[in-house]
This record gives sequence, C-alpha cells and structure tokens, in this order.
Amino acid sequence: MEISTAIFYLVAAVTVGSAAMVAFSRNIIHSAFSLLGTFAGVAGIYVFLGADFVAGVQVLVYVGGILVLILFAVMLTHRITDVQITNRSAGRIPGLVVVAILFVLLVQSIGETPWAKAKEVVYKATTASIGDLFLGDYLLPFELASLVLLAALIGAVVLARQEIKE
Amino acid sequence: MVGLTHYLVIGAILFCLGLYTVLTRRNAISILMGVELILNSANINYVAFAHYSSGSLDGQIYAIFVIMLAAAEAAVGLAIVLAIFQLFHTIDVAATETLRE
Repeated sequence: MEISTAIFYLVAAVTVGSAAMVAFSRNIIHSAFSLLGTFAGVAGIYVFLGADFVAGVQVLVYVGGILVLILFAVMLTHRITDVQITNRSAGRIPGLVVVAILFVLLVQSIGETPWAKAKEVVYKATTASIGDLFLGDYLLPFELASLVLLAALIGAVVLARQEIKE
Repeated sequence: MVGLTHYLVIGAILFCLGLYTVLTRRNAISILMGVELILNSANINYVAFAHYSSGSLDGQIYAIFVIMLAAAEAAVGLAIVLAIFQLFHTIDVAATETLRE
C-alpha cells in the first residue's frame, strides 16, 4: 500500500471515529471536543481532494469559529458545578434502524451509479482561481453572502442579549 | 487506489451519523452538532465531485458558501438556544414544546 493511501485511511478513520463519538457519547463535553477531530479530519480530506483553500477555510471557520461557539454555548447552558453533564438520547433503536437502512441505500446507489469522470484529475493551487471566480461569475452570491452574514450577526446579538427587566 | 467512491462513502457515513444525532438527541446543542455533521458531509461530496467529476472549481465555491451559511446558522442557532435557556432554564427540546412564555 502506498503511503498516501495509508494516510488517507488514517484521516478517514479519525473523521468517522470522531463523528461516531459525537453521535454516541453520553457526555456533551466529549461530544463537543470530538467535533474537533471531525472538522480537522474533513479539512484533511479536502487536502487530499486538492482543495487547499477550502481546507484552510474549514480550519478557520469550523475549528476556530463554530467549535468555539458550540463550546461557549455548552458552558453557558450548563452549570459548571454540575458533575453530571448529561446528553440524553431518545428513541435510539428506531433511529438506528432508520439510519442503517438509509446508509445501505446510499452505499448501494453510490456503487451502482455510473459517475461522470473528469478528463484528467489535476492538483494545483486553487486560491487565485477561486478569488477570480468570486469577483467574476459569483459576484452577486458573494455580495449576498455578506448581507446574510450581517443579518445573522445582528440577529444573534438581538436574540442572545439579556432583557433588562425593570 | 483511492477514488471518488471512497469520498462518497465517507460523506454517507458522516451524513448518517449526523442524522442519527439529530433524530435521537434531546439536547438542543447536540442537535446543532448533528446539523454541522450533515453540512460537512454535503461539503465532502461537493469537493469530491469538483475534483473527480467536473474538473472545475464550481463545487469548491459551493462548499465555501455552505461553510459560510453554516457559520451564520451556528451563530443564530446558538443564540436561540441561549434565549431558550434563559426562558425555560433547560435546553431539552422535549421540555420546551410550548411556543410561549
């Protein structure tokens, strides 16, 4: 086995294992920290797919932003003195059955569909081309994205601030 | 030889785990974590198809937009969770089923 293939399987195992911890762990702190492994592993998978810029964005936004937000929310909504920080689940067996059936269906359709193939698989730096596309073909969605972020920013502040009751 | 199907299967596994989390968890923050897993699996598929099927960068652009929307979703969703916690003193989604104070 080539070394790159071995590394790919290692990264994939870390990603899937951490995701399983997120789904099955009884402790919400463990779930939140396992999310770190998933996000970092997905960034590694992007590197394998030749998407260097997307991998960087994944690390910056997911690991640096969303994960910290989730940890803050966990800390703010549980009393730290609580020893038992539970993460209850309901309907495990029916959920597992539904998800298992869905997974079998997905894998079968992945295996049987004749996917389109690119003429050649290229690995090259993508950042400059992505910048050109954002200010060219995708200019309108790019500007709309900034509006969405502004609206989300204001909405989050309005929702999360504490009402001062007289 | 690692090919397109490997990445699609990883995406399928992540999607199923995320769906299981959303279906079974009763803690609102855990449900948001499941949504993040689902969005990540969709992103893996976008980037994998961009790499192996189309050969252009459009899939990567979509992945970046999905990451941006996930950040907005996380900020607003967690703000809503905090507001629910201030109101009900719990974030168990089964205990907060009345839509009023």
